[in-house]
Amino acid sequence: MKKTVTFATVGALALAGAAGQAAARDQVRIVGSSTVYPFATVVAERFGKSSKFKTPVIEATGSGGGLKLFCAGLGLKTPDITNASRRIKKSEYERCTRNGIKVAEFKIGYDGIVLANSKKTKRIALSRRDIFLALAKLVPEGQRDGGKLVPNPNKTWKDVNPALPDVAIRVLGPPPTSGTRDAFNELAMEGGCKSFKSLKAIEKVDRKRYKGVCRGIREDGAWVEAGENDNLIVQKLEADPNALGVFGFSFLDQNRDKVQGSIVDGVLPTFENISAQKYPVSRSLFFYVKKNHVGQIPGIREYVRAFMSRRAIGRRGYLVGKGLIPLPRTEMKNFIAAGKSLPDLTM
Amino acid sequence: MTEMARSVLISGQKERVRRGLDRRLRSERRFRLYGVVAILLAILMLLFLAGTIVSKGYPAFYRTWIEVDVLLDEEMIAPDGKTDPETLREDGDFRGALIESLVAAYRPEGRQQENQLIAMFSTDAERTLQNFTIANPDRIGSTISIRVKAASDIDQLTKGAISRNAPESGRKVTDLQLRWYDRMEKEGRIGTRFNAGFFATGDSREPEQAGIWGAIVGSFLTMLVTLILAFPVGLAAAVYLEEFAPKNRLTDLIEVNINNLAAVPSIVFGLLGLAVFLNFFELPRSAPLVGGMVLALMTLPTIIISGRASLLAVPPSVREAALGLGASRMQVVSHHVLPLAMPGILTGTIIGMARALGETAPLLMIGMVAFIVDIPGGPTDASTVMPVQIYLWADSPERGFVEKTSGAVIVLLVFLVVMNASAVYLRKKFERRW
Repeated sequence: MKKTVTFATVGALALAGAAGQAAARDQVRIVGSSTVYPFATVVAERFGKSSKFKTPVIEATGSGGGLKLFCAGLGLKTPDITNASRRIKKSEYERCTRNGIKVAEFKIGYDGIVLANSKKTKRIALSRRDIFLALAKLVPEGQRDGGKLVPNPNKTWKDVNPALPDVAIRVLGPPPTSGTRDAFNELAMEGGCKSFKSLKAIEKVDRKRYKGVCRGIREDGAWVEAGENDNLIVQKLEADPNALGVFGFSFLDQNRDKVQGSIVDGVLPTFENISAQKYPVSRSLFFYVKKNHVGQIPGIREYVRAFMSRRAIGRRGYLVGKGLIPLPRTEMKNFIAAGKSLPDLTM
Repeated sequence: MTEMARSVLISGQKERVRRGLDRRLRSERRFRLYGVVAILLAILMLLFLAGTIVSKGYPAFYRTWIEVDVLLDEEMIAPDGKTDPETLREDGDFRGALIESLVAAYRPEGRQQENQLIAMFSTDAERTLQNFTIANPDRIGSTISIRVKAASDIDQLTKGAISRNAPESGRKVTDLQLRWYDRMEKEGRIGTRFNAGFFATGDSREPEQAGIWGAIVGSFLTMLVTLILAFPVGLAAAVYLEEFAPKNRLTDLIEVNINNLAAVPSIVFGLLGLAVFLNFFELPRSAPLVGGMVLALMTLPTIIISGRASLLAVPPSVREAALGLGASRMQVVSHHVLPLAMPGILTGTIIGMARALGETAPLLMIGMVAFIVDIPGGPTDASTVMPVQIYLWADSPERGFVEKTSGAVIVLLVFLVVMNASAVYLRKKFERRW
């Protein structure tokens, strides 16, 4: 009994001591998007192995969650860098500024969002209008421009467009918390929605309703929320050749023996097409640096430089092998220069 | 009543009893059958689960090597003629030396083909070369034969996870790489060996370099903190509640609450950890210290409940005899009751710890679900734990992580089996029956 008590006291003291010495931090802390995570981790790992600094710690919290933590304030317990698969919002930027944070913005490249099916069946060619008509909660009656909005009656792809196969609509995709879902709603769904003049006209009258109509996804089972794990979607596609899946280009690239990307608006989701910005469903990837922490926490400046280098994000950089789609020439040049000077972001 | 009538009555009764007995025996047989079927089903599922995990995971325990002849060119490796480890590490262009030798041996045409050739080797290959040279500086200038790690795609090809028969556009290994691969295989330059790195390195984004050691150390540190906090507190609470506390409404309320806490979903403890330990006490994020504290809170009710149950199982006669001989209540507890209850308490603790070892949800909240390469050196260093590592690998796009995921599951299962087996052993060894 006595021993136990002594043991406990010693343990508690040791813990208290350990907590005390944790005040200083010598490791860069990064949070943010799970889409940028596979790229940032590669940079961090190489940075840790080739420099005298510790390997940065990276958490995948989602773009919104990351910016929330990032803009919460200054100090050692807040992250130094946040990754985002969309640009920082004005409201988030203002919160950052209110908390005295100086932000530098870096664009690292593009990511395509693909619709894909199993290689056991034929590749499918869609337009964004088809995607909208197949997956929207409300569609214009008779699919005519100006038709009254009715709950989506389409059961098969053939109902959407006679040129498409006669199989039931079943699309596996990420849940609403995911950045990929946001981008899919905005780029693919809204893109198709805009092709109806009558729907586009709502935007000027009632923006909220416009977003609800154009980005609203049906909830009657045709769209299946398959979780954040893109690998799982790929596996489910193999088991169900009639289903389509929605995920990031890097997963298509890594699993091209199992799944094939669908053609959208006549463009195949290939590296070249996304890079040339021909493929319509693609988005930019960013990271944001807390300039106040540069110089306080060792390695931030060096990490940014390692990331914003041709070796990493260039056309022949190592991130390309991981599925990143590089920036166009001049944009890349500008951002690489910014990686050295860390300019303030203004909005 | 005549003799005959009675015998008819008895035979009628007998008949009824016999029929009833048949029915009851049948229902007993049926019930036994249900039991056997249920157990068989459970065993089948367990076998299926273990079978899939082992068959998917065992390739993680070996890896592919490629033997290359490299000229340790002095111009590239030690241009100043200095061969001390420091200079070699800083200035030596080992990647260059490796590529030069590979190009000379396999003669790729153009940059595109050269890149394909280089992509067959792990980025770790240059480090292997560097370490060899630092250990043997006298070999600079000569050609050496060295086995380096193959890239993950080549590794997957060897293990049959990438099919050769798929068309070129549909696989990660190109036709040209396949030709080189076949040539290397014919020359005996490709083979497999035990993947020691899997048990020695931290996480990596290259599947062939990823290891579980960082997560094992993280799990160990976290469990240590959990044990240090939860065991003494849980033990003291159980002893007080069972042996000393008066039986009244307050202690009843406490008991109900402890039982409730044991059933609270673990993510709630994570939220508590985030609010109290991180935001209020400002302890470091992602640290095993905080992880251990959160898991200690989660394990406490289990320890208290099992501790009380084992204390209750000690017969009152033991206490009475000791009291009768003049022992104080403290002496009764520490000399007699506690030693007799210890096996049960330890079993409960180990089972609680095993549950904590497999937990991810509460750790998500306190930032332990993160990409961490460095092996943690202490309870305040950023680290992750084994189940989190499994989760992170399962989410990675590269094919090579499929086997790593199952491999890590096997390692975790081994740890859990060992912990539970030791609980059974302790119980068997020290258990006393009255």
